[in-house]
Amino acid sequence: MDLTPIWLTLKLAAITTVILLIIGLPLAYWLSKGRSIAKIILEAIITMPLVLPPSVLGFYLLMAFSPKHGIGEWLHNTFDIQLVFSFKGLVLASIIYSMPFMIGPLKSALQQLPMSLSQASYTLGKSEKETFIKVLLPNIRASVLTAAILTFAHTLGEFGVVLMIGGNIPGVTRVASIAVYDSVENMDYSSANAYSLILFCITFIMVISVFVFNKYKAKSPLE
Amino acid sequence: MISIDIEKKLKAYKGEQVLKIAAQFDKGSITKIYGPSGAGKSTLLKIIAGLVEPERGKISVDDGVWLDTALKTCLSPQKRKVGFVFQNYALFPNMTVQQHLEYVSDDAQWINRLLTIGKLETFTSHKPEYLSGGQQQRLAILRAMAIRPKLMLMDEPFSALDPKMKSELIPGLKSIWYELGTTVLIVSHNPQELEGLTAREMYVESQ
Repeated sequence: MDLTPIWLTLKLAAITTVILLIIGLPLAYWLSKGRSIAKIILEAIITMPLVLPPSVLGFYLLMAFSPKHGIGEWLHNTFDIQLVFSFKGLVLASIIYSMPFMIGPLKSALQQLPMSLSQASYTLGKSEKETFIKVLLPNIRASVLTAAILTFAHTLGEFGVVLMIGGNIPGVTRVASIAVYDSVENMDYSSANAYSLILFCITFIMVISVFVFNKYKAKSPLE
Repeated sequence: MISIDIEKKLKAYKGEQVLKIAAQFDKGSITKIYGPSGAGKSTLLKIIAGLVEPERGKISVDDGVWLDTALKTCLSPQKRKVGFVFQNYALFPNMTVQQHLEYVSDDAQWINRLLTIGKLETFTSHKPEYLSGGQQQRLAILRAMAIRPKLMLMDEPFSALDPKMKSELIPGLKSIWYELGTTVLIVSHNPQELEGLTAREMYVESQ
């Protein structure tokens, strides 16, 4: 059995999770503070991948990333970057597709912290940044881990978006979920079973680890 | 000298009310603020600390202006640096007693002195969840004192302390306030809560 799709999937999930952690923490913090029209619109856009069929999202991303249209054309002409049918394109699509799984738990955790925690830190002369790093972040540690694991696990299972953006190029965009589909198409059920079992085990271990880390106090991973 | 003249709309069960306060507090004085629930006592402390902005008003401390809505001047809470004791303590769950004080000050001698006054020397490695209500409240007071404040704002600061502990704590606090020339405003419901403190009284009621 060719293990390349598994490694490619793990690499894609790891890169997506790290990038989303870097983007997600400040974004979730900003969204957690008060309401405004801009925040409502941005939050709706971030949430869209949860409700949109992956093929619809994939289609629009395919159009956007295409070297013949808009942003894709500009990236291609200016920086010689081609996102369609490339690993870079998969990463970008995964970031968009998995963003609600990172932002949701982080924003919810930050909103549940009493406002007096940051207020107390401000009265002690601490800046907003220092308060976030030393007071807020350590107190949402469990939610950060939950968000990271959910994002990772969700990226492992991507299919529709990945297929639309990346296609099925071995070693480049042929991730595990595509390999399962491809194996079934070719009546190679033993390979399909092997890929599926590996994905199932990895995901199961990750979900279990969330509960263990949270000392059995963890709520549903979607909370 | 602290001079306050503010106006703030408050949302209340029976409709909108307005908190109007005009008062002056001498340097080093202790003032007890009392009044009915929902009158805006806690809001007043938050306005002074810069955590809530009033619709109209001016706050000046000695020669400096902290707030002047006419001039659109509003100093951040970080620059006002008042000692603030929150009614819910607002302790940081991730920090031990020692870390709470080290977050504010790196003066080990000062921290040890505060720990002694608050009788928390033997609990330095405890996080808030492992402290009793009274210990948590003392830690909240010590943390606010750690910045050596010129102005101390305390919201029901002794409500969880038994009379013996309170009578032991207050002389220590008073001696530090005297040394620093700290002006103290204390919100309190309970007339007995401030026994041992010679305090001027101020009644607050929204209209």
